[in-house]
Amino acid sequence: MRLRELAHARTGDKGDTSQISVIAYDPGDYAWLAEHVTEARVRAHFAAIVQGEVTRYALPALGALNFVLTAALAGGVTRSLALDPHGKTLASLLLELDLPDRQRPASA
Amino acid sequence: MKTIRIGSGAGFAGDRIEPAIELAEHGGLDYLGFECLAERTIALAQGERLRDPAAGFDPLLVARMRAVLRPCAARGVRIITNMGAANPLGAARATAAVARELGLAGLRIAAVTGDDVLEHLRGGEDALLEREGTVASLGETILSANAYMGAEGIVAALRGGADVVITGRVADPALFLAPLIHEFGWAMDDWERLGQGTVVGHLLECAGQITGGYFADPGYKDVPDLARLGFPIAEVAADGSAVISKVPGSGGRISLATCKEQLLYELLDPTAYLQPDVVADFSAVRFTELGRDRIAVRGGSGRARPATLKVSVGYLDSFVGEGQMSYAGPGAAARGRLALAIVRERLALTGVRTTETRFELIGVDAAHLTGDPAPFAEPPEVRLRVVGRTASLAEAVRIGNEVETLYTNGPAGGGGAWKSARQIVAVVSTLIARERVVPALHYEVA
Repeated sequence: MRLRELAHARTGDKGDTSQISVIAYDPGDYAWLAEHVTEARVRAHFAAIVQGEVTRYALPALGALNFVLTAALAGGVTRSLALDPHGKTLASLLLELDLPDRQRPASA
Repeated sequence: MKTIRIGSGAGFAGDRIEPAIELAEHGGLDYLGFECLAERTIALAQGERLRDPAAGFDPLLVARMRAVLRPCAARGVRIITNMGAANPLGAARATAAVARELGLAGLRIAAVTGDDVLEHLRGGEDALLEREGTVASLGETILSANAYMGAEGIVAALRGGADVVITGRVADPALFLAPLIHEFGWAMDDWERLGQGTVVGHLLECAGQITGGYFADPGYKDVPDLARLGFPIAEVAADGSAVISKVPGSGGRISLATCKEQLLYELLDPTAYLQPDVVADFSAVRFTELGRDRIAVRGGSGRARPATLKVSVGYLDSFVGEGQMSYAGPGAAARGRLALAIVRERLALTGVRTTETRFELIGVDAAHLTGDPAPFAEPPEVRLRVVGRTASLAEAVRIGNEVETLYTNGPAGGGGAWKSARQIVAVVSTLIARERVVPALHYEVA
């Protein structure tokens, strides 16, 4: 299944750094997302884009993960040659991420 | 218990005008904020001000003020905005002129200045944050340097009785934190309240981005009536806890999901959101749904503010030339790829020197950069895009020209050629000791 089935996402930018929130629709899916949507998966997914580091911050109270991608915006919005210089579309691209099918507990 | 109602009337310079009128007339507001100043805007506005000393403020300032001054004045709603850009004083004068035109004699407009630190930093050895080098290394290309000020100047203007407060560069949340400090008498070292107030400001600063704008994804996240999107209101208590709502009957939706997306927007480390007035901690923020389009927020906190302020430095970076052309029907992508190869060879043959280029097909690989497009179906149309960075305008022009010549020299069926060449004003950052940035106030009375 795709990440899109379990979570929504929004991108923000600060200079050459992109930031992508991944938020569980159902807070009950948070722990499962935290297990599967790792820094390594996100780094691999954006290998063609991110020249720097991928750091993940956990926000369990919100059921959310926050990914910070450095050197990801071709120099940042004010000088990037990209069609989407803010990298606004990156959140939608992350929702393509292929995940194992979620086996829901019978009680849920 | 005293509460303060703050509305957000714009989330960027080009934002819609009518939602702020709706807020002013029907929002029951005490304050209406407008965040209109993007990162590079001041650098561009500085250039306008050099050409015309009365210019250099937000080009939509007069239209926005004409729309909201009367309903705000009638209800005692005070306006706070960073539409002053490179010329807050000029913006205050222009606002006073609009007020007189509307018959609002006596309206008091404050301009907050002090963010312009170009003369402090020009030629200095202050390190740039994003890359190697110092401010001095920018040489004659430097255009502007503006420090992100905090709430202090705005608070002083409110104490001084301003009905409208116009700033240049301040941290966006400070536009909304300032009235809370003023109304509730929060101490400037009450880090917990300043942190929670920053949460409120951060939720408001992008206007429609918390009321269902920038959120809809049909079938997954549906939002009603986006053409009439209502902008947000925060009703804030003395401890900083707040309820986010909008004018009943307006378009959009405020939900736990819209609030979470906006809370995390542009956030890096959630425990350390660096602001001029506080290092805010968003990690324990909690949202509670009180009813339809009513979400309570609490749990923000913070710790002591940084000793330095961030400074945005605008400079002349380079020139960029670009050309685009469309191909459609069977073989569209193949003809687009052939065209890209032709332009690439032409730029080499004709000696156009570039330091960076992109050769891409919009609809295939211009925004979709995560790997092999092969699994996707052949697109029914593509748009070729060639863009390159050059050291001169003349060379930038030649990039678009080479795309345009695809009409009669390239693959079959190219249409809709478009080209541009422009100088790039870019922004880098540095830090300045906060003691060197002193807000100053000037009043205009209509």
